[in-house]
Amino acid sequence: MLFADAELSAVQTLLQYVILGLTKGSLFALIALGYTMVYGIVELINFAHGDLFMLGTFLALTILGLFNLTDASAESWKIILALVVCFIACPIFCAILNISVDRIIYKPLRTAPKLAPLVSAIGVGFIFMNIGLFWGGSQDVNFPNLVPEKNLLPDDMGLRFTLKDAMIIGTTVPLMIALTIFVKFAPLGKAMRATAQNPVAAQLMGINTERVIAATFGIGGSLAGAASVVYGLSINTISYQIGFQNGLYAFTAAVLGGIGNIPGAVLGGLIIGLVNSLGSAYVGERWTNALVFAILIVILVFRPSGLLGSRTREKV
Amino acid sequence: MPFRITIPLILLLAFVAIGFLGGRQDSFGDPDLIKIVSSLPRSGSARGQTDTIVNGIKLAINDAGKKVEVIDPVTKQSKTFRIEYLDLDDATAAEGQWTIEQEIANANQARMDPDVMAYIGTYNSGAAKVSMPILNRVNMFMISPANTSPSLTKPGEGERHEPNCYRPTGKVNYTRVVPTDDLQAGLSARWTQDMGMKKVYILDDNEVYGKGIADLFRVTCDKLGITVLGQQSIDSKAQEFTPLMTSIKAMNPDLIYFGGTTQTKAGQLLKDLVKVGMTCPMMAPDGCFEKAMIDSAGLDTFEKVTFYATFGGLPIDALTEGKGLEFVEKYTKAYGMAPKDAYATYGYECGLAVLESIRKAGKKDREAIRSAGLGLRNFDGATGRWSFDENGDTTNQTMSGNKVIVVKKVVDGEEKKVGDFQFIKPLKLPQSTEQK
Repeated sequence: MLFADAELSAVQTLLQYVILGLTKGSLFALIALGYTMVYGIVELINFAHGDLFMLGTFLALTILGLFNLTDASAESWKIILALVVCFIACPIFCAILNISVDRIIYKPLRTAPKLAPLVSAIGVGFIFMNIGLFWGGSQDVNFPNLVPEKNLLPDDMGLRFTLKDAMIIGTTVPLMIALTIFVKFAPLGKAMRATAQNPVAAQLMGINTERVIAATFGIGGSLAGAASVVYGLSINTISYQIGFQNGLYAFTAAVLGGIGNIPGAVLGGLIIGLVNSLGSAYVGERWTNALVFAILIVILVFRPSGLLGSRTREKV
Repeated sequence: MPFRITIPLILLLAFVAIGFLGGRQDSFGDPDLIKIVSSLPRSGSARGQTDTIVNGIKLAINDAGKKVEVIDPVTKQSKTFRIEYLDLDDATAAEGQWTIEQEIANANQARMDPDVMAYIGTYNSGAAKVSMPILNRVNMFMISPANTSPSLTKPGEGERHEPNCYRPTGKVNYTRVVPTDDLQAGLSARWTQDMGMKKVYILDDNEVYGKGIADLFRVTCDKLGITVLGQQSIDSKAQEFTPLMTSIKAMNPDLIYFGGTTQTKAGQLLKDLVKVGMTCPMMAPDGCFEKAMIDSAGLDTFEKVTFYATFGGLPIDALTEGKGLEFVEKYTKAYGMAPKDAYATYGYECGLAVLESIRKAGKKDREAIRSAGLGLRNFDGATGRWSFDENGDTTNQTMSGNKVIVVKKVVDGEEKKVGDFQFIKPLKLPQSTEQK
């Protein structure tokens, strides 16, 4: 099998990197949605979002610890039960945390100059980071490898698409589709779009904008919570610093796609994932970060409102 | 009017007086007291090793009864110095590793305190580069339990201005009790050849220690005829390396060598190696020879792939005779368990060497202690019998090859998997090749 791998054609290798890039990108996209939704509604870049995601990973780790799970050798019903608990508890935890931060910190600043909530968001990010430091320590922490790396594609194809990759795609894509449908058709989703377009007019039409804002923070937070479980299961290493790094990528993805635009955030996330993976393969591992941001700058020079920013006027 | 002048004047006088008195007190200190400081990353991910190093140092000092009896070289009278040990941290909790500011602060604290006569440290080679010139100016005897970068002491191994830029006075004040990377990298390459591996891929973390050792590994591989398929630096802030590992997989190496530490993502590299379906082993230098490496990569990873780590000396289970064994017994008695980490031995060795230097110097004088320390020859320590050479390096050149094993152990009545490093064999240069 190793011998067959060595003879992968150029096209096959390219495909392999695309698979890796897309799975990684869909994770970024899931986090980017939280940035873009909040921005669309209250025009606040919620810099604490990445660190919220980080706290989610620690909660997931703690839950798995309660189930006494260290690797995939445990009984499968136990693993499935633990994962179900994680996928319920982490989104709820992140949503509640995000809503409370909005109520306590951002709400009093709603009418203040835009910089005040922005700086507060950075501050909240630092507070979260220190909670994470306290919770998990300063070292990289191993996240139990519960999803086996079984290749789902036939071996003679030479490509790898593992159960883990399937789990990432299988969680992120339905979530993104559900969100799009929700924003398009559900009454609350419509209220969100109305608030994004014109908060005053929305209020005049009888929409409780504060409720809409809370719902936005809640949905954004729960997506981060779901992303945190997927991240832990796929990357298998967490630390208090991952919030900042993933937050930066996700924020970049949101800007790249046009901040405030939901399909834009997804597109941005996928592009960043692809650039990351292809850059590492064809340019060099240590240039990937530079490459991501170089591409961001080039795109913003030609399309200042992001890739999908100008096409759809309405935000969210 | 008079008030406006008198108040600042009084304040000024007060400051001058405080400064003068304070300065006076500082420049004398306590004539019967000698302080030894250590500067190690006590918070953050290296905490595990530095705990054992500090335990080792304390053991050496406590064993001597926290005092040194000397005979003054001039008056020939015997005198007893009390020894006080200060455990300084050159890391911050927020960074999780050593910082330049903290190391400078520690070096300055030692420099300003007239009672401090020796500086044990640093843990990271990069940190030594910061404190060496500061302490060299005051002739402070420095001894490191863990620095392995050859550029700190050996001319021609680092940049052109190294190591002289660390010795502004021209005198050598820095020593170490561990063998250096140039040796470790060479021995690792020889070990690779001994295991019959012919094609290697080299990764490094782009830092002084990691890149240095990876480059040297490459040079020796070329010399020995091992094919180097490629070398890349990773971004140690990146979170995962599956694309990188996929590209390495296509080259089908016999071994991946990583010049780096646990803190620069060795664990993640190993996980991603498994993730892309590779089975080749990985080897890393002593920066990964620690419990934290096993914790960060996870036990199940080591069940799927072999991980070799070289160490610049002998691990605890290789200390089976003489002073080494004696040290393990003393340590176990003092702390209730055997040393968890091999660096304990080197901490202890540093403590012993400092005490011996004070004894030889015979007086509380930084210059005398420095020159006595540099003059240590045939010292009978826990790591064997060694001397310092003219660069301040130990002549001890035995290293060890280790690998991680996972075994089932019964802990508190429950069967648990436990991972640990197992000593495989001592690594030595072949007798025929003369060491430069």
